[in-house]
Amino acid sequence: MTPGLIYALAGVALFVLGLAGVVVLNQALRRILAFNLMGSGAFLTLVGLAQRDGGVDPVPQAMVLTGIVVAVAATALALALARRLAQGGHGDG
Amino acid sequence: MNTAVRLGVILSALALGAALASAILDLPMPGRELPGAVVANLADSGVAHPVTAVLLNFRGYDTLLEVAVLLLALLGIWAASPGQGGAVASAVYPAGPVLQTLARLAVPLMILTAGYLLWAGAHRPGGAFQAGAVLAAAAVLLHLAGLLPAWASPGFLLRLGLVGGLLAFLAVAAAVLGQGALLRYPADHAGALILLIEAGLTISLGLILAGLFLVLAHRGGRP
Amino acid sequence: MSLAFDVLLALALLWSAWRTLATPDLARAVVMFIVFGLFMALAWARLSAPDIALAEAAIGAGLTGALLLDALGAFPPLKEGEKHPAGERER
Repeated sequence: MTPGLIYALAGVALFVLGLAGVVVLNQALRRILAFNLMGSGAFLTLVGLAQRDGGVDPVPQAMVLTGIVVAVAATALALALARRLAQGGHGDG
Repeated sequence: MNTAVRLGVILSALALGAALASAILDLPMPGRELPGAVVANLADSGVAHPVTAVLLNFRGYDTLLEVAVLLLALLGIWAASPGQGGAVASAVYPAGPVLQTLARLAVPLMILTAGYLLWAGAHRPGGAFQAGAVLAAAAVLLHLAGLLPAWASPGFLLRLGLVGGLLAFLAVAAAVLGQGALLRYPADHAGALILLIEAGLTISLGLILAGLFLVLAHRGGRP
Repeated sequence: MSLAFDVLLALALLWSAWRTLATPDLARAVVMFIVFGLFMALAWARLSAPDIALAEAAIGAGLTGALLLDALGAFPPLKEGEKHPAGERER
C-alpha cells in the first residue's frame, strides 16, 4: 500500500462525492464547488495510479498541471454564467 | 428533490465508488516505460527538469491548446457579463491603510518571485504556470487593495498582452514547422526557445488568470 | 510511519470535501473549499509533485477561492434547501 495507491483511492472517493453533490445539490455555487471536487479527485487518481509503485512519473504530473489551470478557467466561466442567470430578467445590454 | 431520490443517488454513488476502488486495487503494477523515455530524452529537450520538458517540449501541443482554451474562457466571461448599461464605473472600493501598505510591499516581491519561478523552471520545480499564477495573485491583491481598477473594456496594450503568449507560441511552432514536424525544436536552440515561449506564457497567463477575476469583479452586481 | 501521515491526509481531504458540500452556510462552504485546496497542495507534495503543489496552492486554492468569495456577493444569501430565484430546475 504505497502513497500513490492511498491518494488514488482518496481521489476516487472525492470524485464520487463530487458527483453525488452535483446531482443532489440545488444551488449553482454549490454545484460548482462539487464539480471542482470531482476535478481534484480525478487529478489525484491520475497521478496516484501512475505512481502506485512508488516511482515518479512526470507525464501525468504535467497533464494535471494543465488540468488545474483549465479547471480554474472553467470555474470562472461557470461563475459568470451562474451570476448572469441569477441576475436574469433585470434587463441587459 | 425528495428524500428517496436523494438517497438513491447517494447509494448509487457509493456503489460506483466501491466498484472503482476494487478496480484500482485489482490493477497490476504499471510498466515503467514512459518515465524512462522522458529521462532518456531529457538531455535533448533543452531543460533539466522533467516536468517542464514534458510540458513545453514533449507535450508542447497540449500546452498550446491549453492557452487557447484559457483565452476562450476569458472571452466567454467577457461575453457573458452584462453589457454597459448605464454608467458603469469600475468599482475601486477603498481599502484600509494596512491592506494598501501590504499590497505596495508585497507586489514587487511577487513580481520578483514570478520572474524567479519562470527562470527556475528549467532546473527545478517552477515554470510558466506557477509564475503566471503569482502574477495573477499580485494583480488580484492590487485590486482588493483599491490600487488597480477592474477591467471595463480592454485597451490595446491589454489585448496585446492577453494574446501575446499564444501568438509567441504559435510563431515558434510555425517557425519550426519548416523542418517537417510540429513543435520539434532544434536540439541546440531548444532551451532558448522554451525560455522565450515560457516568458510569453507567463505574461499572458498572468493577465488571463487576473482577467478571470477582474472581469467578474467589474461586472458583478453588488446587492 | 509516513504511510500513517498519508492516510491521515487522505482522511482530512475527504473530511474537508464533505464539509464543503454539507455546510448550510455558503460562505463557510467556500472557506472549507479553500482549506480543501491547501490539503490538496500537501497531498501533491507527498506525491513528489512540487510543481503541482505550487500550482494548486496558487491557482486551486488561491485564485479559485478569490473567485468564489467574490461570487458570494452576487448571489442573494440562501440557506441550502431554499429555492434559488433563477437557475433552479423543476424537481
